[in-house]
Amino acid sequence: MVNPKAYLAPEVFAKDVKKTPTRNGYGEGLVIAGEKNPNVVVLCADLSESTRSEYFQKKFPERFVEVGVAEQNMASLAAGMALAGKVPFISSYATFSPGRNNEQIRTTIALNDVNVKIGGAHAGISVGPDGATHQALEDIALMRVMPNMRVIYPCDAIEAKKATAAAAEIEWPVYIRLAREATPVITTEKTPFKFGKAEIFWQGKDLPAQAGVTIIASGPLLYEALLAASKLQKQGISAEVINNHTIKPLDQKTILASVRKTRVVVTVEEHQVAGGMGSAVVEMLAKNFPVPVEMIGVQDRYGESGKPDELLEAFGLTAKYIIQAVKRALRRKR
Amino acid sequence: MAKKQYSLQELDKIANEIRQDIIRMLLEAGSGHSAGPLGMADVFTALYFAVMNHDPKNPDWEERDRLILSNGHICPVRYAAMARAGYFPLEELKTLRKFGSRLQGHPERKKLPGVETTSGPLGSGLSQAAGMAYVAKYIDKKNWRVFCAMSDGEQEAGQTWEAAMFAGKNKLNNLTGIIDRNNIQIDGYVEDIMPLEPLRAKYEAFNWNVIEIDGHNIEEIIDACSQAKATQEKPTCIIAHTIPGKGVSFMENKFEWHGKPPKPEEAKTALRELRAIGVKITGIRE
Repeated sequence: MVNPKAYLAPEVFAKDVKKTPTRNGYGEGLVIAGEKNPNVVVLCADLSESTRSEYFQKKFPERFVEVGVAEQNMASLAAGMALAGKVPFISSYATFSPGRNNEQIRTTIALNDVNVKIGGAHAGISVGPDGATHQALEDIALMRVMPNMRVIYPCDAIEAKKATAAAAEIEWPVYIRLAREATPVITTEKTPFKFGKAEIFWQGKDLPAQAGVTIIASGPLLYEALLAASKLQKQGISAEVINNHTIKPLDQKTILASVRKTRVVVTVEEHQVAGGMGSAVVEMLAKNFPVPVEMIGVQDRYGESGKPDELLEAFGLTAKYIIQAVKRALRRKR
Repeated sequence: MAKKQYSLQELDKIANEIRQDIIRMLLEAGSGHSAGPLGMADVFTALYFAVMNHDPKNPDWEERDRLILSNGHICPVRYAAMARAGYFPLEELKTLRKFGSRLQGHPERKKLPGVETTSGPLGSGLSQAAGMAYVAKYIDKKNWRVFCAMSDGEQEAGQTWEAAMFAGKNKLNNLTGIIDRNNIQIDGYVEDIMPLEPLRAKYEAFNWNVIEIDGHNIEEIIDACSQAKATQEKPTCIIAHTIPGKGVSFMENKFEWHGKPPKPEEAKTALRELRAIGVKITGIRE
């Protein structure tokens, strides 16, 4: 059942569930951060409408910097601004930032350890018709491997807003992963969000039980994980669904507490399975509590053009495939 | 803070001492770059001892001028200039490139106060300098200035021109780029590897004010920085023509000395030559 303390949207399982892109939440979060802290500045590489950084631009034009199609320059400009006391957010598509400008982020932001935030929009295959060039599937890996860097992947627009505002208050480089497509609004203003703290959104029943599983999801696919959990419940399988919005640092405590009860895990993300959130979980479990894990994600291939729904289905990322993965995982349970 | 005024002769003498420091540091380190640091000794002397507002005892002083070293591999010249200026004891220069040292092979901001930023991978310094200059000019409205030392080789990097375009568009007249025009890079002579000429025209086309100088004439370096300060509406690019390996006869103009340190015998010869030049500086001027 839905964890009552998560205060999820009451209509979350309704057919007409409200849908908003997480990038909208980013734009709103930038405005909140800008209101709270006069040192917040926003840079954008010719994508102000698309990344929603225009929300900030309209409110604080004097603190908005358009850099043109120059993501490498944008990353290092931001590093320089942070060194001069600002809290810069750089905004583009994830394939370009942190993709194209990866070395600039490594040297001038992460190694330099300056207070720059990176908003990477259009991550995942659900970008849709634009095709593989614009569907970032490796950005979590690129960012979480860098020392000093923090990584957040919000599940919906409200959480993206909270995450963006929270990022401004963390004195670390932070990567915020965002999506293009409108996705279900799962949470409410009351839903707890604390950087670095995973939340249980769906509680398992009668755990520990033989038919118990932990599903760990990041980003909008968390919705598919919740759908899967509700269907699994009807089949007598007890799932605990964790919203793992902070991929780095990983909330070991919450994850381990659940896995100790279920002893089997399914991870869910719209990213390559290699190096992504699931990998982070597997690395942690291998050391602390090794159990069978099935990983839902993109299996070492690039995306392609299509409608977002079509692509999620074709790449095996919907509730149906999560349920199959849960059953595979349960068969492997020791 | 009130700055001590040095005569040109004193500045030449300091530059000569910095060159000797560089040779000793590289010998002790057993690796590192020789030609670039020797070539830029006069520029760094001018910046640290005559041009910049800074306080070695308070490296985080908010009103200081900022110096970004984009081509981080020439850091021995910066470290030596900083030590001579009083940022840290001269003795520490010996730790260059060693385990646990604050003097990393390429400079790291978090290791050594006063280096301003982490650098090494070429082409990203001008962007950081432009970011700082933008903040000073448009957001905080402060008078501190930003200097960015670059190599000529890194003018081949696309990011340099992204930054040049940004600085030109935003009329960052508080930003001064200084290009070490020594015409060498690791694989050979710059004009053979990837010609930059006409370099002046390129920067002018990006809406920069350009001044070409002899990078070993400290008076010219100081004058060019003053002209940059007096320039409205445009960033300034100082193209400093230098001799790589300057002051050591067998290193001068040899690209082979870009990325290697002197062996003990070579260091001995180099120091002898530099000391002779030092005596000449004092002798002629006194």
